[in-house]
Amino acid sequence: MTDIIKTEHLTFSYPPDEGKEPVLALKGIDLTIEKGSFTVILGHNGSGKSTLAKHMNAVLLPGGGTVWVDGMDTKDESLLLEVRRRVGMVFQNPDNQIVANVVEEDVAFGPENLGVPTEEIQRRVAAALQAVGMDEFTMHAPHHLSGGQKQRIAIAGVIAMEPACIVLDESTAMLDPLGRREVLDTVRWLNKNKGITAVLITHHMDEAAMADRVVVMDSGSVVMDGTPREILVRMEELRAIGLDAPHTVELLHGLREDGFDVPLDALGIQECARAIVEAL
Amino acid sequence: MLKDITLGQYFPGDSLAHRLDPRTKLLLTVLYIFILFSAKSFVSYGVVALLLIAGIRISGVAPKALVRGLKPILFIICFTAVLNLFYTPGDPVASFWIFTITKQGIFTAFFMVLRITMLIMGTFLLTYTTSPIALTDGLESLLGPLKKLRIPVHELSMIMSIALRMIPTLIEETDKIMSAQKARGADFESGNLFQRAKALVPILVPLFISAFRRADELAVAMECRCYHGGEGRTKLHVLHYQTRDYLVLAAYVVVLAGVVVLARFGL
Repeated sequence: MTDIIKTEHLTFSYPPDEGKEPVLALKGIDLTIEKGSFTVILGHNGSGKSTLAKHMNAVLLPGGGTVWVDGMDTKDESLLLEVRRRVGMVFQNPDNQIVANVVEEDVAFGPENLGVPTEEIQRRVAAALQAVGMDEFTMHAPHHLSGGQKQRIAIAGVIAMEPACIVLDESTAMLDPLGRREVLDTVRWLNKNKGITAVLITHHMDEAAMADRVVVMDSGSVVMDGTPREILVRMEELRAIGLDAPHTVELLHGLREDGFDVPLDALGIQECARAIVEAL
Repeated sequence: MLKDITLGQYFPGDSLAHRLDPRTKLLLTVLYIFILFSAKSFVSYGVVALLLIAGIRISGVAPKALVRGLKPILFIICFTAVLNLFYTPGDPVASFWIFTITKQGIFTAFFMVLRITMLIMGTFLLTYTTSPIALTDGLESLLGPLKKLRIPVHELSMIMSIALRMIPTLIEETDKIMSAQKARGADFESGNLFQRAKALVPILVPLFISAFRRADELAVAMECRCYHGGEGRTKLHVLHYQTRDYLVLAAYVVVLAGVVVLARFGL
């Protein structure tokens, strides 16, 4: 597989308060995201995960090191639109990223900016809304929709630009459990069926279980990188950097301490239940 | 309480008035205002009234909704009426203390009230039958030639449509902040005007801070979706004039000419 996003020795610091030394928010990140993969970036507040995400489509530019998007250096200003067309970003607050007051107009916003011909925009809007399962809301006003639905509209607005990769910067953080489920299912479906690379930034451990790959960040560095089965069972280490293991893993840990012979890497609820039944 | 603000409210429908091109409707509204201000007598006001009634009937908008729209400016209407009634010089009809009502005053006041009422109703007919998006699209297209004068027409219409988009969000937010302040014992309902105005400060400050934060986030989100001004931008819906647009416009111009001629003859 080829890389869609690649960072090399990426460092970044926000402008410091007056009289203070700048603190590095990112301390030399080397990360490659493969085309078609589903990556979850985990970390608690202030770990630098959102800062990293904002480098993936040139919202922030590297302080040091380089970020490549589909082979393009994000520092090259002439490529800015191309970079952003390839990597779409969905943010945390759905209300602050919806531009129009009719759903279809909002989804059309990206393609309109790219100068896509009218008939093609209409086709893309219909396809994008269908892909996120919101086609019956085409003419609705966004402020009457639920949080999960609004976030799906935002996703539709991004995929209407036909990007190779979609980055969700804590897009589930403000949603209720049902809304989170809707958004995650949508992203997973797009990843599996449309081959869109997905990068999900979150601090919810259970969201990490569904990814191909989990990257854990702490104070500006990548501290763990592997499959969910490899990462999520390292309960002690996760706890040390302020993250909780998924409930299933905690349960299995507890059972093992009490002398039951259960595997530790049964992450899904069904899988976990089956493992416990077998052990009994 | 904040939910029933009818600012620029739109009633979806499928009447001729709804289907007209927004640019046509904008032009019609301008013409309508022009006709209204050319009217000088019962006859010409009658013509305008007929025009308005026809418009209301065609649009299928409930007259009640139009009357409700008048409520906020009731004070202005009464105020103008009273001023005109007492301060127009002419043949006195009745007088008491220092006030004199003249024949001319009664007429002027009557026409003034008629003019304001019909002005508001006519323009509301536009916003009631045209979605905000269509309205801003229409404005952008009509004002397009001004781009040559380096007037940022696209940007202005984008600002307008974002403002319209943000109104419900900010109203919701205001409701939330008010509840939060009430829960901490804030009192918005009692006291004199000055005290009530002062009570609004703890609502306005958080509201503005949040509006700025939202604006900042929205700007980033728009940039992420490749927004770079109006240059090279295409549209989901392109406006097209239909035969009906030309017909309605032609009819309006005829009426306008009629009223102007009537005014010439002092009617």
